[in-house]
Amino acid sequence: MNRLNSLLLALSFVLLNAAVAGSQSPAPAATATPSAPSAQRPSGGVATSWQQVPIPPLHAFKPQEPRRVQLENGMVIFLQEDHELPLIDGAIRIRGGSLDEPADKTGLVALYADVWRTGGTTSKTGDQLDDFLEAHAARIEAAESPDSTSLSWSALKENFDQVFPVVLDLLEHPEFRQDKLDLAKQQFSSLISRRNDDMDEITQRESTRLAYGANNPYARTPEYYTIAAVAREDLLQWHKRMVSPANMILGITGDFDSAAMEQRLRQAFAGLPRGEPLVPAKITFRDPSAGIYLVDKNDVNQSEISMVDLGIDRRNPDYYAVEVMNELFGGGFSSRLFVNIRTRQGLAYSVGGGVGTAFDHPGVTRFSMGTKSGSTAAGIEALRKEMDGLIHGAVKAEELKKAKDAILNSFIFEFDSKEKVLAERMRYEFYGYPPDFLERYRAGIEKVTTADVDRVARKYIHPEKMAVLVVGDAKDFDRNLSTFGKVTPIDISIPEKPGK
Amino acid sequence: MKNASPRILALVLVFSAAIALRAQDIASFEKRITVKKLANGLTVVIMERPEAPVFSFYIHVDVGSAQEVPGITGLAHMFEHMAFKGTHEIGTRNWPAEKAALEKVETAYAAYLKEKLKEVGRDDKKVAQLEKAWQDAVTAADEFVIPNQFGEIVESQGGAGLNASTDRDETSYYYSFPQNRLELWAYLESERFLEPVMRQFYKERDVVFEERRMSVDSSPQGRLLEQFLGAAYIAHPYGRPVVGWPSDLRSFSATDAMNFFRKYYVPANMVVAVVGDVKASEALPIIERYFGRIPARPAPEPLRTAEPPQQALREVVIHDHSQPLYVEGYHRPDFRDPDDAVYDVLSDLLSKGRTSRLYRSLVRDKRIAIAAQGGSFPGNKYPSLFFFFAAPAQGHTAEEMAKPIHEEIEKLKTQDVSDEELQSIKTRAKADLIRGLGNDQGLAVQLGEYQALYGDWRELFRQIDEIDKVTKADIRRVANKTFREENRTVAKIETSETKGAPAKGEPR
Repeated sequence: MNRLNSLLLALSFVLLNAAVAGSQSPAPAATATPSAPSAQRPSGGVATSWQQVPIPPLHAFKPQEPRRVQLENGMVIFLQEDHELPLIDGAIRIRGGSLDEPADKTGLVALYADVWRTGGTTSKTGDQLDDFLEAHAARIEAAESPDSTSLSWSALKENFDQVFPVVLDLLEHPEFRQDKLDLAKQQFSSLISRRNDDMDEITQRESTRLAYGANNPYARTPEYYTIAAVAREDLLQWHKRMVSPANMILGITGDFDSAAMEQRLRQAFAGLPRGEPLVPAKITFRDPSAGIYLVDKNDVNQSEISMVDLGIDRRNPDYYAVEVMNELFGGGFSSRLFVNIRTRQGLAYSVGGGVGTAFDHPGVTRFSMGTKSGSTAAGIEALRKEMDGLIHGAVKAEELKKAKDAILNSFIFEFDSKEKVLAERMRYEFYGYPPDFLERYRAGIEKVTTADVDRVARKYIHPEKMAVLVVGDAKDFDRNLSTFGKVTPIDISIPEKPGK
Repeated sequence: MKNASPRILALVLVFSAAIALRAQDIASFEKRITVKKLANGLTVVIMERPEAPVFSFYIHVDVGSAQEVPGITGLAHMFEHMAFKGTHEIGTRNWPAEKAALEKVETAYAAYLKEKLKEVGRDDKKVAQLEKAWQDAVTAADEFVIPNQFGEIVESQGGAGLNASTDRDETSYYYSFPQNRLELWAYLESERFLEPVMRQFYKERDVVFEERRMSVDSSPQGRLLEQFLGAAYIAHPYGRPVVGWPSDLRSFSATDAMNFFRKYYVPANMVVAVVGDVKASEALPIIERYFGRIPARPAPEPLRTAEPPQQALREVVIHDHSQPLYVEGYHRPDFRDPDDAVYDVLSDLLSKGRTSRLYRSLVRDKRIAIAAQGGSFPGNKYPSLFFFFAAPAQGHTAEEMAKPIHEEIEKLKTQDVSDEELQSIKTRAKADLIRGLGNDQGLAVQLGEYQALYGDWRELFRQIDEIDKVTKADIRRVANKTFREENRTVAKIETSETKGAPAKGEPR
């Protein structure tokens, strides 16, 4: 019996989107204000109301902090011992990502990450590495994001001595073999050819383009010709430019002794020349063009609606009030959008959203839902009505309390494993946030008032300035979308060459 | 590959190290796990894992869409949604008044449905009147509702990952709480299965219909899978969609849902697994007090219908705007079959990672697919399918996937796998087991699941022994037994720009 090998998993793997499952919408993560029991309950008996159930104080808990080491050459290392299982896992995050690739080679960094691993090293082909790693039940993978690439591994403790040298070999002597680049290019082109098969993928892609602008590095997408333009030399150059200690943060967790592991990592990395620290790309952001945008698709019976705008970054002092607002407006099961649009009206299965936040740039503010073709206009109106209610109304004290409780009482889940603590610390290091940011977050949330939420709602939610994307079968809509204003059709056909 | 021999040596060493690990782990698990069957028949599994002051749980109910009959397809999943609607205490402003109002809704709905579905002599005017009377009764009942109060309590008390899922074999409920909410959790989770209330049922039915539109009707993969399973099964309920047929989603009632609940949500059909910062000596009495309140009822009758042996190849071709996809499946026995572990080995051999046979053949060498996998689907409890799936690379058709897949199958039938391949699969199975033991929610799911299916959580570890015993001869034998043309169902999407838009699952 092997549940992991389901067809659904296979399908979602290919198409890089979420699989189908009969399940409720997710609730947000977020913990520590015990609610006082309102009445006593006889001991040994059962409560007859949830409010009677006593909530004792939470067990004292001090999360184990990783040890931070900075080498002479600038490289930062975090060591987090965890002796529960005989594994040693880790990752190296390297500054420089798809934001830093040239627009006419969009996809370069994604190809780089793929071929970094599959293309092998000067002494071993990628196929040989595959055989070696699979035989040892180990994994080494590279990945990319807008601002970084990473090389991560997972190994049984017994095999760490064999697996870690392979990580180092990939770091120092990658070969980017041409045959694997050709394979990756073929696969990436195939994924482009499939990018209009899934509604959710279309909605995510096009709404992000509307929010940031199609040419913004956070929004641009690879095309056949930008993939075709990437050559092996580009990958080699990228590696040479980015992969140096000044740009690297390593995190390691598992069943090891920190002092011995530190020595070992020092030996491995201290001799590498510092390299040039990456100067982050300068990216300008402007508001989206307001209006209705339509992707007309005739093989669906549901419309996806996504209303977008620019959000904020997390250094903004309003971040905490925005978090509370997002929780009460579009967060979990008890949020306004979920209760009013899904539960009360039955208009949607998936509905939600909030003001977007990111560490170092404005996130995408997005409110979205999926509803049958025949209630598309009703769906847009319902989302707008909720936004108007938030902007023009006043949040009630009780609503605020529930949202803050939800965030604060579940706060423990931000650091309930050693691995999560390590991941948080690495993120703060990468973005230059204070190491105690989580603690500041808790304090920031605690201070939020109803007036703060009302204020940030008015400041950051502007329905009239948002771009409204609809992906659906226009002939079946309940009303012509032009009744909302000018409709701009979006052509999603896949261009063969630049300059459409 | 150069230097094969030192590697094999290293491998053998790893292999024996992993066995030692396993023995040590199962012993340490024994010490931390408590299992108890309550007087009402409900099984409780508790594992002490005080890594942080939190715990996760998993409630497994032995009912899925396989328990549905025509007319109520989708009801198991629908009930799962309804389990979030509250109780006699949670979610209502006035339970006695709401109860009376909900009864009126049911009476009105039954009258409406009866007229609407009349095959002879239906009066459309009467249908409209009855529909309005039903809708008015719904509006009256809504007056008493505090929407989503159950979820609100869980969330404001610090619940994380609140969710549930339904598949063909089972329905499950899960989330995590801070450790000091154990009694609150026991109250909430026992209460929702002690006295669930079918409030706002018909609006939630609309929500579920939207879920169907999203996951099946408007999704090429969803449409393909529904057609594939419909073709592969002619008798057994695995051939029907978990989310339900549109007609049934427009018909079944809250009364149907309560009948389904009473039949299947009996304590003997449920396992509750709790993992985290809990002490069995403290938690068990609490769990017993609360869950012990659910009255014992007779376990439901087992499913009677079995899929008859397939007589001939079946094939479905969907002409769609989407890019092509290919899937073929072969009937295989259920998880209790002695060859179950052989199918797991086959699945790993064909699918796992970049050394897998389908990847190397279809993706790496022939370059005609961007992904190719094989495995078991759609269930475990009843005879299932072993499938082969491929997503053609740009410019290749679904049809082209068949030949190389059949070549791989032929190899499995006629040639032994190498010692290295088999050893590597066995090593990976152990490592994957270990990787799955590192978090509360994952452990709760696995312990609950294995306890429910096998009657013993230890089976999670014993599966590894079964995989260890698989021989090259087993693989050939099972491949020959299973992968026969008359046992095959093929479903594919071939791209067509011109053919009409696919069926939408609902009349215009």
